[in-house]
Amino acid sequence: MQGKATRSDDSPGACHVYVSDPAIVTAAPSPVFIRCRFHSHARGFLLSFRYLGATGMVAAMPDCQASVDDFVTKLRRRQVEGSQNTAKQTAELLRLVISNQRLPNVGQAAVLIDVVKTVGLRMIAANPIELAVGNIVRRVLHIIREEDVSLTSPAVPGVSVESDDDDSDTKSSYSAAAVAAANRSALRAPSLHNLLESIPNPVKAPEAPAASVADSESRSRSGDRNSVSWKLKHNVIEGISELLQDLENYHSQVAEQAIEHIHQNEVILTLGRSRSLLQFLLEAKKKRSFQVVIAEGAPKYQGHILSKELAEKGLQTTVITDSAVFAMISRVNMVIVGAHAVMANGGVLAPVGMHMVALAARRHAVPFVVLAGVHKLCPQYPHNPYTLLNDMKSPAEIVDFGELSDCLDVGTGGQSTYVVNPTFDYIPPELVSLFITDTGGHNPSYVYRLIAEYYSPEDYVLQ
Amino acid sequence: MAKKGGKPVTEIADDEVHVPLQAVLLADSFTQKFRPITLERPKVLLPLVNVPLIDYTLEWLATAGVEECFVFCCAHANQVRNHLTKAKWKSQPNFAVTVIESHDCVSAGDALRFIEQRGVVRGDFVLVSGDTVSNMSLKEVVKEHQERRKKDKLAVMTMVVKRVKPSPLTNMTRLGNDELLVAIDPQSKQLLHYDPGREAGGRDNFQHQSSSRNIILEHSALNDRPSVQLCTNLLDCHIDICSLDVLTLFTDNFDYQQIRRDFVRGLLSDEIMGNKIFTYEIGREYAARVENLRAYDVVSQDVIHRWTYPMVPDISFGGNTSGLRFERCNVYKAAGVTLSRTSTVGENSVLGQGTEVGEGTTIKRSVIGRGCRIGKNVSIEGCHIWDNVTIEDDARLEYSVVCDGAVVRTGAVLKPGVVLSFKVVIGPKFTVPAYSKISMMPQPTEEDSSDEELEYADAASGRAESPRSPFQEDGDSRDGSATGEEEEADESGNWNPDEIGDTGAGYRWSRDGGHEEDWRHSVAPVPAEKIRELIAAEEEGEIEEADNDIGAAARESAAGTGVEDGEESGEEEDDFEKEVEGTFLRLAEGVSGVQQEHVIIEVNSLKLAYNKTFSDCAGAMFKSLMNLALGAPHTSSKELLTSTKDVITKWGVLLQKFLKGSDDEHEILLTFEEVCLESHKDFAPLFSQILQVLYDKDIISEDAIMAWADEKQDADDHDKVFLKQSEPFIQWLKEAEEDDDEEEDE
Repeated sequence: MQGKATRSDDSPGACHVYVSDPAIVTAAPSPVFIRCRFHSHARGFLLSFRYLGATGMVAAMPDCQASVDDFVTKLRRRQVEGSQNTAKQTAELLRLVISNQRLPNVGQAAVLIDVVKTVGLRMIAANPIELAVGNIVRRVLHIIREEDVSLTSPAVPGVSVESDDDDSDTKSSYSAAAVAAANRSALRAPSLHNLLESIPNPVKAPEAPAASVADSESRSRSGDRNSVSWKLKHNVIEGISELLQDLENYHSQVAEQAIEHIHQNEVILTLGRSRSLLQFLLEAKKKRSFQVVIAEGAPKYQGHILSKELAEKGLQTTVITDSAVFAMISRVNMVIVGAHAVMANGGVLAPVGMHMVALAARRHAVPFVVLAGVHKLCPQYPHNPYTLLNDMKSPAEIVDFGELSDCLDVGTGGQSTYVVNPTFDYIPPELVSLFITDTGGHNPSYVYRLIAEYYSPEDYVLQ
Repeated sequence: MAKKGGKPVTEIADDEVHVPLQAVLLADSFTQKFRPITLERPKVLLPLVNVPLIDYTLEWLATAGVEECFVFCCAHANQVRNHLTKAKWKSQPNFAVTVIESHDCVSAGDALRFIEQRGVVRGDFVLVSGDTVSNMSLKEVVKEHQERRKKDKLAVMTMVVKRVKPSPLTNMTRLGNDELLVAIDPQSKQLLHYDPGREAGGRDNFQHQSSSRNIILEHSALNDRPSVQLCTNLLDCHIDICSLDVLTLFTDNFDYQQIRRDFVRGLLSDEIMGNKIFTYEIGREYAARVENLRAYDVVSQDVIHRWTYPMVPDISFGGNTSGLRFERCNVYKAAGVTLSRTSTVGENSVLGQGTEVGEGTTIKRSVIGRGCRIGKNVSIEGCHIWDNVTIEDDARLEYSVVCDGAVVRTGAVLKPGVVLSFKVVIGPKFTVPAYSKISMMPQPTEEDSSDEELEYADAASGRAESPRSPFQEDGDSRDGSATGEEEEADESGNWNPDEIGDTGAGYRWSRDGGHEEDWRHSVAPVPAEKIRELIAAEEEGEIEEADNDIGAAARESAAGTGVEDGEESGEEEDDFEKEVEGTFLRLAEGVSGVQQEHVIIEVNSLKLAYNKTFSDCAGAMFKSLMNLALGAPHTSSKELLTSTKDVITKWGVLLQKFLKGSDDEHEILLTFEEVCLESHKDFAPLFSQILQVLYDKDIISEDAIMAWADEKQDADDHDKVFLKQSEPFIQWLKEAEEDDDEEEDE
């Protein structure tokens, strides 16, 4: 730490920390060390720290603020595409924000939650249609809450002892909240999924917190507080890194299950293109031989790209127009598609044209399987999804402006042509047979349970 | 993680040292299409679907990967500056906005010269005006331009064009302009000819019949080219990728005013320098320029129809932060809109934040700004209503523009095409006739806009900003000053109730552009009879076009036969001469402020506009001189001779400016002959005397006279009338020459 700390004489009890290089502040544990060094000034410290916090924000923010601004601008300009990519960038940014954030001694979780919420809301507002942003923000909030609960619940008695401190109000109220949260988590039944699966839950870091708490309890009261503060941030950052790891691996996680679902000589139908779908099919290709029928997915025609990619790997593919799906569906054994988002009721937002495919599949009793990473799971219920959760793109993707320029709504005041270009379709849960996520296959009716597992109920509605 | 923030959005030139892509944005249109609104607010800050125009342009530039943008302000510079700060444009990462301010520029040409002086532009740059709405990607066009430049240093500019339906009707109804007629080399995409038809710049004397337009291609344009494409289906997007040479060219040719009219034409007609302009056609992307109110209306609708995605009302950008929500049928509603239960909001409408709509009101195809109060049973169709407008009960508004703070009282009616400028009040039950323009600012007198070039000048007349606002110039006591302090006095009731109704406030501007401009450039739909006319003209045109096609093909195969239609060029000749004469007379009659240099500049620009040679100019100038001399009262030929002598003595200098060699002088002599023979027979007996005067004043050299004499030697007898008349003079010249020779010999 190259920061220079001085104690100023004119304002008693105030400590100034001058940091020569703002970049250094971004290193996660550094604030803690500063505080450790000044710890002997016990009483005046709280005051000074607040001051320090304020200046520290100013010093540290530009770097982090610039990244946030940049990402928000990109989201707004629709320059970040694809939910996986968006989710990854969101998580990375939040990790940066958290590591830059200085924490007070008390109510750390509340501060973190506050910061993440403010940044998160900005990102969500920038592109409300990209639900992955909101999902990741909620996931991070959930991580903070979980870590907080696991750290504070054993320490609750210790905190309540200090009620004579100058911050007693906030603290006691906070500790009450913490106790409540702890109780709630205790009351909540352990997830069925966790009981059945041997895979450790990536969100909860199982061993470390308990051990650290045990460690810290042996130290002095102040030392305990510091290590707790350090621990929380550290654990949260670790949690986000794990989340990022999951995001990175989710394609292969999903693809691993391919063999269980695709059998020899089957005909699979899909629409458009998604990366997890590509990997899923290629994984199955390793052991099975099957055919793929690809609906082209107007107006983006990404089906064409998918067919090329599959053909290169030696899979037999047939490209059809979107309108030929119904004619084709009777020969198909299974429909497998990618999704943009999965809503709380099990409904799916997917590229436009998918509803029609789902209806065709239902008519012919063909299983309709949706591949979706857990990051696509959104705890919101779809209300008016056709307009509110849809992205209306430029009509130029469908028709040529020049071709239509004589019958557009021009100054003639007469009738004219409207062109509507929605990006997504909403598929109601009744039409979905199975979700294949990175944590396994699930029924649409089970989605609510998955949501309870990955998000805190307080964060379902962010504001 | 942190390094992600610093990464530029697009890398234009990876292989070389990274040169930031620069853009020059002209935040002044140098025209008056939006008056009277632009008297109080610059055009680039006018809200298009509740967002200032300049925000669309800047957002597009930033998205398209421009890293440095120079905003050139002239009129209302402070307002533009304040807006840029307020909308946070100056603090964007990876996008630096610099304001360049000048108050004495009267045209785009001046602006570019000013920017050249500042030396801030370092390489290829994007030149746009602040009223461009687009979502095109600049990456490809810039790359294409740069690669072409590497091969050919003379490719100075790339012009972006867009394909549209080739129909004059569409052009008219969409953007209020005539069809663009261009000639392009289909292989290299080089632009060979550019004819915008009836010019947007307001040259009304330059009328084209849309059904019969001529194109005159230079010889050289057809040489070495297997084919030349003539297109009427392209729309000029007014987005240019320029190299640094463009700025230099503007500086070298100080008389270039407009980019299209002077620069592009000048470049195309100038074969000596050999600079080339190329075109780049965009396909599915959107680009348009808000040139006039019709374009304003049409582009608004395009934005509402989401052609400009991602610059659409429900996505916030620039100064647009009010979260509008998109609903079915292209209806956008902001948070906090109060709609009464019985009101109807029809398709393609936008309602801004905090607007209240009363019972039984219908809104159709309209944009309504923030904080508007709309009463009961109001009917609004096709209108653009800006912020904080009050519309009281039972009012009826059709296809109008209503600016900030205006009030329409109970039962008032706005007919199609009305423009209500800021804070105007329309009295109760008053009907504003179609195409009226009403403003709190009185109309400036015509005096200062009599000259065509000056039209751009008073675009700079800012309210309380420009020291020489036109209102201070006209001596009328009431209009003596329209700046702040006088306004209160005005409110005490100098308004004419016949113009705006009882208790109304505002001046109705008289229509200066004539009825033609009215329907052409207003927000109102094109009247049905005009559409019928246009359709009729189009059909006629098609028949002719079929003929022309054959003609054109023949011309192309002949590769460079002179393609001049005699009759048409004759007409043009007349136009040209009239213009030159008009220009000259303004000087001769001593119209204040017109100086000799101005005339020279103007005639030079006319030369470019009509694609004439110097000898044409000289000829036309000579004719004007003669007309002036003839105009002087005279009774005998002697008096005529004296007045002619006077005129030539006084203005001969002007003639000399256009005589670049003895060939030109020779031309003058032929013109002179023509004048004497045809138009002004009075001069016939004085031919030799005037010839001598011209010789004495060094306007016509000896060589030219000799050449003329030689040529005429073999002519018919009736052609030799003047030669015979001037025989003694020529004889004298010859002798003088021989004397000279002899002297030299000795």
